[in-house]
Amino acid sequence: MTVLATPDKTGSGFPLGFDAILDPSPLQYLDEHGALSGALRDDAPELDPKELLATWRAMVIGRRFDVQATTMVRQGRLAVYPSSYGQEACEIGAILALRPTDWFFPTYRDCVSMVTRGIDTVETLTLLRGDWHCGYDPQRWRTAPQCTPLATQAPHAAGLALAAKLAGDDTVALAFCGDGGTSEGDFHEALNFAAVYQAPVIFFVQNNQYAISVPLAKQTRAAALAHKAVGYGMAGVRVDGNDVIAVRRAVAEAAERARRGEGPTLIEAVTYRMQAHTNADDASRYREESEVDYWKVRDPLARLETYLKAAGLLTDDVVAEANQVAEELANDMRARLGEEPEVDHRDMFAHVYAEPTPQLLEQAAALQAEIDAAQLDAAQLDAAELDAEGEAAR
Amino acid sequence: MTATLDGAAQSTEISLAQAVNRALRDAMTADEKVVVFGEDVGVLGGVFRVTDGLTRDFGEQRCFDTPLAEAGIMGTAIGMAMYGFRPVVEMQFDAFSYPAFEQIASHLAKMRNRTRGALPLPVVVRVPYGGGIGGVEHHSDSSEGYFVATPGLHVVTPATVSDAYTLLRAAIESDDPVIFMEPKRLYWSKDRLDTVGPAIGQAAVRRQGTDATLIAYGPTVQTALEAAEAGAAEGYDLEVVDLRSIVPFDDATVTASVRKTGRAVVIHEAAGFGGTGAEIAARVSERCFHWLEAPVRRVTGFDIPYPPPKLERHHLPSVDRILDAVASLQWEDR
Ligand SMILES: Cc1ncc(C[n+]2csc(CCOP(=O)(O)OP(=O)(O)O)c2C)c(N)n1
Repeated sequence: MTVLATPDKTGSGFPLGFDAILDPSPLQYLDEHGALSGALRDDAPELDPKELLATWRAMVIGRRFDVQATTMVRQGRLAVYPSSYGQEACEIGAILALRPTDWFFPTYRDCVSMVTRGIDTVETLTLLRGDWHCGYDPQRWRTAPQCTPLATQAPHAAGLALAAKLAGDDTVALAFCGDGGTSEGDFHEALNFAAVYQAPVIFFVQNNQYAISVPLAKQTRAAALAHKAVGYGMAGVRVDGNDVIAVRRAVAEAAERARRGEGPTLIEAVTYRMQAHTNADDASRYREESEVDYWKVRDPLARLETYLKAAGLLTDDVVAEANQVAEELANDMRARLGEEPEVDHRDMFAHVYAEPTPQLLEQAAALQAEIDAAQLDAAQLDAAELDAEGEAAR
Repeated sequence: MTATLDGAAQSTEISLAQAVNRALRDAMTADEKVVVFGEDVGVLGGVFRVTDGLTRDFGEQRCFDTPLAEAGIMGTAIGMAMYGFRPVVEMQFDAFSYPAFEQIASHLAKMRNRTRGALPLPVVVRVPYGGGIGGVEHHSDSSEGYFVATPGLHVVTPATVSDAYTLLRAAIESDDPVIFMEPKRLYWSKDRLDTVGPAIGQAAVRRQGTDATLIAYGPTVQTALEAAEAGAAEGYDLEVVDLRSIVPFDDATVTASVRKTGRAVVIHEAAGFGGTGAEIAARVSERCFHWLEAPVRRVTGFDIPYPPPKLERHHLPSVDRILDAVASLQWEDR
């Protein structure tokens, strides 16, 4: 096990496992060829075929979602889409390891996780389409609004986890964060708070090697981001972020630790951003195609597929079913995202406060009058045109 | 809101800091979801002793010390509120709230709006603010303008012992985030406590007058009242409006007063340029133009970083400066 540091049960409160910390090699179950890897081969009987197939199915659907969203941004149906193509092991493995009652704090890049949670695709993309800031009910899905300012969701997760602990619930919170986000002050404050309070929270860093154009080497001098756990006195784990089995297990174990009252875990998942940062980005300015090629052969979906096929688990029926569901999801996205979104200008004023201030009521009324007047003008213009046409016909 | 004090307590005078403490206690007793945290608020009871005894009486789960990290305090409070708690956090001093500003502006103020009401954040941020206590650098800022300029926040500031209590109870009961600005130079001012008070968003006319309206809030209310007394000796009958709540803003009370008097002076400690007073002056001009006998004047701090203690007396709005402003309001008959 490569849990780098776990709380000491002897009572000193200092984390154990310093030897392991010096080893930055990630926890892995499946190597890049889809074979059970190294020392973990003995663990194989524990792998539950049903769970593996469900994970694979979610990855097929998640990837189809991502590809479709990327297409829709090219067609101008979405304002922007930060792709997580190639990061499905993180996006899906982490979410599937949580209970539906656990809270999840996603960033702008984590739409695939949200879809895996069950959130409707259009509700997931409401933010990126520009209709509203958050399209789903966070309470229902126990999913915070996607966060854009980097790492600022991390203290929210720590606070929510602390609240759950104080309330006596066994809820766990998981916050996603990018490698760039680990440089932000809020990331560090969140880890420190969580460790001090032993809050049941998991900080899951998707180290996809780049923060827009800036490579990890310019983000940190640490040998591994998981090492940062040591300074805060919490468990730290480094996993192969393209190995969905490893990710799912690492998160499940961190969640169990948290539920046992053993506090937070920092997980660093080593992965790669296959696409550009967003459609607005030109990745060729800062990385070589050969680097992308290196990661192509480490594809998380292909890797699991190879294993499942070799193990005889992936029958034609299973493949056909998953592909059909994925296609239906894509068709549905195409149809519904193709519609002109209906936005209500009154929403701008409705949710600023529980009760709008007198100032907001005035502004809302003024805008309404403006819109009504414009509509009246347009109607009169139409009527005048009709009259003119009638005149001409006569 | 129910009055929770017995008759004996009501008949004795308490300080504004004690009134805040009483409000916290009563709120914590009324609702176990109310939690208090921040730097030094636990065992020490806060550097101004505002949270004195809360940890002792309610336990560490209800009032606790945090690591030294304002963004962490603010962000953690947001997460706790998302889970149904009602955190009341303390920023130790006005200028030390700036590390938390990202959390306040990007999340605290916006969560309800971005989730169409699904995630209200009933968080109260207590900010001791303002000067006049001889504090060194970073201990005397008037930071209300930053919060006032951030839609989604309520910003209130008491000037009396009773308002400190009632406004804080109202703030804690509010389902929206409230920035509760505590004028630190009034912490030790004493008065009898009345635990029944108006809702957030209502200004108070502290002194009736007919010649001009002094519009003040927090620490400058007292100065405005003193100016009004001094002005009486010079023949001015000055009305004093204490805003109490900057957001929402009580246009009705302010407008009625200025239409009655025809003249207005806005007073605050923060820099004038781009400050809250500019907004107030603009609103008064828009609503009272035909009633105004003179342009709205402002008496504010200079447009400088807060000066060192030995110079602050030059910076803070004074009775003289207020009366000078009053005298400049185009009195034809004087
Ligand atoms: C506080 C803040 N600063 C800057 C940005 C602009 N920005 C958006 S994404 C990004 C890079 C983030 O990289 P990383 O954390 O590695 O996440 P990734 O995008 O790779 O998933 C930057 C600089 C931001 N969103 N928030």
